[in-house]
Amino acid sequence: MTKSKRVLISIILRLLAFGATVAAMVVMVTSHDSAQAFNLTFTAKYSNDPVFKYFVIAEGIASAYSLIVLLITCSQKSSLWRFILILDLVIAMLLTSSISAAAAIAHVGKKGNSHAGWLPICGQVPKFCDHVSGALVAGFIAPILYLFIVLSSMHSVITHLFL
Amino acid sequence: MASRDVEKLDLSFSGVPDKPKKDWVIVSLRILAFLATASATLVMALNKQNKHFVVATIGTTPITVSITAKFQHTPAFIFFVIANGVASLHSLVMIGVDILGPQFDYKGLKPVLIPILDMMSLVLASAGDGAATFMSELGRNGNSHARWDKICDKFESYCNRGGAALIASFIAIILLLVITVMSIHKLKPKK
Repeated sequence: MTKSKRVLISIILRLLAFGATVAAMVVMVTSHDSAQAFNLTFTAKYSNDPVFKYFVIAEGIASAYSLIVLLITCSQKSSLWRFILILDLVIAMLLTSSISAAAAIAHVGKKGNSHAGWLPICGQVPKFCDHVSGALVAGFIAPILYLFIVLSSMHSVITHLFL
Repeated sequence: MASRDVEKLDLSFSGVPDKPKKDWVIVSLRILAFLATASATLVMALNKQNKHFVVATIGTTPITVSITAKFQHTPAFIFFVIANGVASLHSLVMIGVDILGPQFDYKGLKPVLIPILDMMSLVLASAGDGAATFMSELGRNGNSHARWDKICDKFESYCNRGGAALIASFIAIILLLVITVMSIHKLKPKK
């Protein structure tokens, strides 16, 4: 693969990952719904649960990192690219753990947990549930893209193409 | 003096073939990662607690109900056990490859396969960890907005053992990250 093709693939992957992380963050932050039951207003926001806060923060860190690396793609030092490979690994870890945690708690919200006596809340706040599901889908695409980014960075490090 | 130099020359030309040096650092790190992931898997898989609750009192005889807390009740913990099990199997296989490896000739795709597999198991283990961490946080603190009660005040030893498995898994993740970085660093660029 020629060098320009390698650069193009890397830039496209990182752009897609940036888009996915930003989309996941924005959709999660704008999710809220309220329901009324017996004169009590029952609002559901993403900040009610620490998992979703962690999800938003992790996606925010990943999107900022993607943006910074996109902006310095012009630099050509090979030692810098080994360091960026390590950071790519760490960010991939962060993204997978955040999506996994959010999916686990969203599963409890949707299906409940009869053994612990936790009732599902999606029946009362359906708009919130749909919004969160959308954010989770975007958040699921992002770590997959990051795995491909790590593979492509590894390939560049091996073939010494610097990008 | 001259004879000693000749002896030194003789030793360096003795017929021992040049074996690649075994990297003991990475092998010992893999052994530690295997122990950590295996202990996390086992502690969580054997995590169970029975408890009797007094539900009502008829006259003078209390009616007790026995409730069990098992790890299979939560899909997050099932995933945690599976992910750490896969990571420990991977570490075991990699230890075997590292110890028996230098006998075989590595060509083609094989040198790249080891860092890629290391990365896969790292990502899997971190996903299992994230899910189990937040599920146990929910169990410990509950969620007042969603009306989910905490369960850790009633099932203390279940929660404590889950916490111990989590700590072992965190150590395993750090070790797996160091191992992955080292095995990537060992990749030499193809000339």
